[in-house]
Amino acid sequence: MKRHNGKLAWRLPAVIAATALAMACATVAHAPAATREAVGIKDFTYSPATLTVPVGATVTWINHDEEPHTITSAAGAFGSAGLSHEETFARTFTDRGTYQYFCALHPRMRATVIVK
Amino acid sequence: MDRIDRRGFLECMAWTGTGVLWAAAGGVLSSRLIAPASAAESAAGSFSFVQISDTHVGFKGEANKDAAATLQQVVDRINAMPSPPAFVLHTGDQTHGQKAGAFDTVAQILKGVKTEAIFYAPGEHDVFLDGGKEYLSRYGKGTVGGNGWQSFDYKGTHFVGLVNVLKYKGEGMGALGEAQLEWLEKDVAGQSSSTPIVVFTHVPLWSVYPQWGWVTEDAARALGYLRRFGSVTVLNGHIHQVLQKVEGNVVFHTAMSTAFPQPAPGSAPAPGPMKIPEEQARRMIGTCEVTYVPGKHPLAVVDSTLDRG
Repeated sequence: MKRHNGKLAWRLPAVIAATALAMACATVAHAPAATREAVGIKDFTYSPATLTVPVGATVTWINHDEEPHTITSAAGAFGSAGLSHEETFARTFTDRGTYQYFCALHPRMRATVIVK
Repeated sequence: MDRIDRRGFLECMAWTGTGVLWAAAGGVLSSRLIAPASAAESAAGSFSFVQISDTHVGFKGEANKDAAATLQQVVDRINAMPSPPAFVLHTGDQTHGQKAGAFDTVAQILKGVKTEAIFYAPGEHDVFLDGGKEYLSRYGKGTVGGNGWQSFDYKGTHFVGLVNVLKYKGEGMGALGEAQLEWLEKDVAGQSSSTPIVVFTHVPLWSVYPQWGWVTEDAARALGYLRRFGSVTVLNGHIHQVLQKVEGNVVFHTAMSTAFPQPAPGSAPAPGPMKIPEEQARRMIGTCEVTYVPGKHPLAVVDSTLDRG
């Protein structure tokens, strides 16, 4: 019984990894190993407000407002400088978790990246 | 020939919104045109000062391609005033998001102002990146504990400069904080109730529009310490438009930006620079000139825009 469970636990992540790989291949044909996601900032709002990405994904934020905004982790895990109009900031997420962030200039602006 | 006379100067200031002339008379600040204010200036003990705000050097957008240039225009207008202001108050957001070199540019331009002194209060754009380190290294000297807040007396009026942007992080609105409030209570305790008080700070001390963060969380406590005074004038910036409000003996006045206008509260999906042509924007940026005349008159406040170059 114990041994059987152990086997299952070993197999399951492999299946997920294979599925993730297949999905990545389907969407980004030339770079199957890395996922890239974007968050836009417009009218003082991050969009999407919640972004779910796989481990290893790189998330890029782009500021479409003329007002500068930051991407500042609530837990201090990461932080950008003030992004000017059309400037970007990128971060690669190597650990699972829920990352809440806000704009240091406009703290009412809040959003989340979930890394699974 | 430069044809800017006093009236022209005022109109210009009102046009852009950067300059407000404040006149203090009998301890009450009020809004007035520059012409009567200038007549009053000759009275003994009277004086005037200029408020500039939200210079946002480093900003480059549809409404203004060069915020340093409009600041320079404002300085030229101040220097063209028939009598130089006693001093200038800068109520914050000198820089646009602490853009590299912006503090130096502002300092360089403001060196050219013909006045005795310039007093500063920080805006969130000046401190959000480094928690105020650079701002305080430049302007903390001579302030209480190097924290940026300060008070001084000028010809019988007590001026108080407050910092309400350093508690910004994660809290969603401006705040003064316990230490500063305790200092304020002590600072004004020794003043007679008949002393005119002028408070200058960045974020409004009244609830202009909390949804956009246009409010100072713990302002009520600060205003409580000022309630007994016969004349209190609160000058701020932050919202890039002229708004005035009177509450008992307290007059609240927010100045225009010298860089770009922001929408009226709630009139747009979000705050931020209005995307309008430069020509139009120049009617919405400028300065504020204030004149104080001892006697029974309130302080005269005149907002002037930049559109009449």
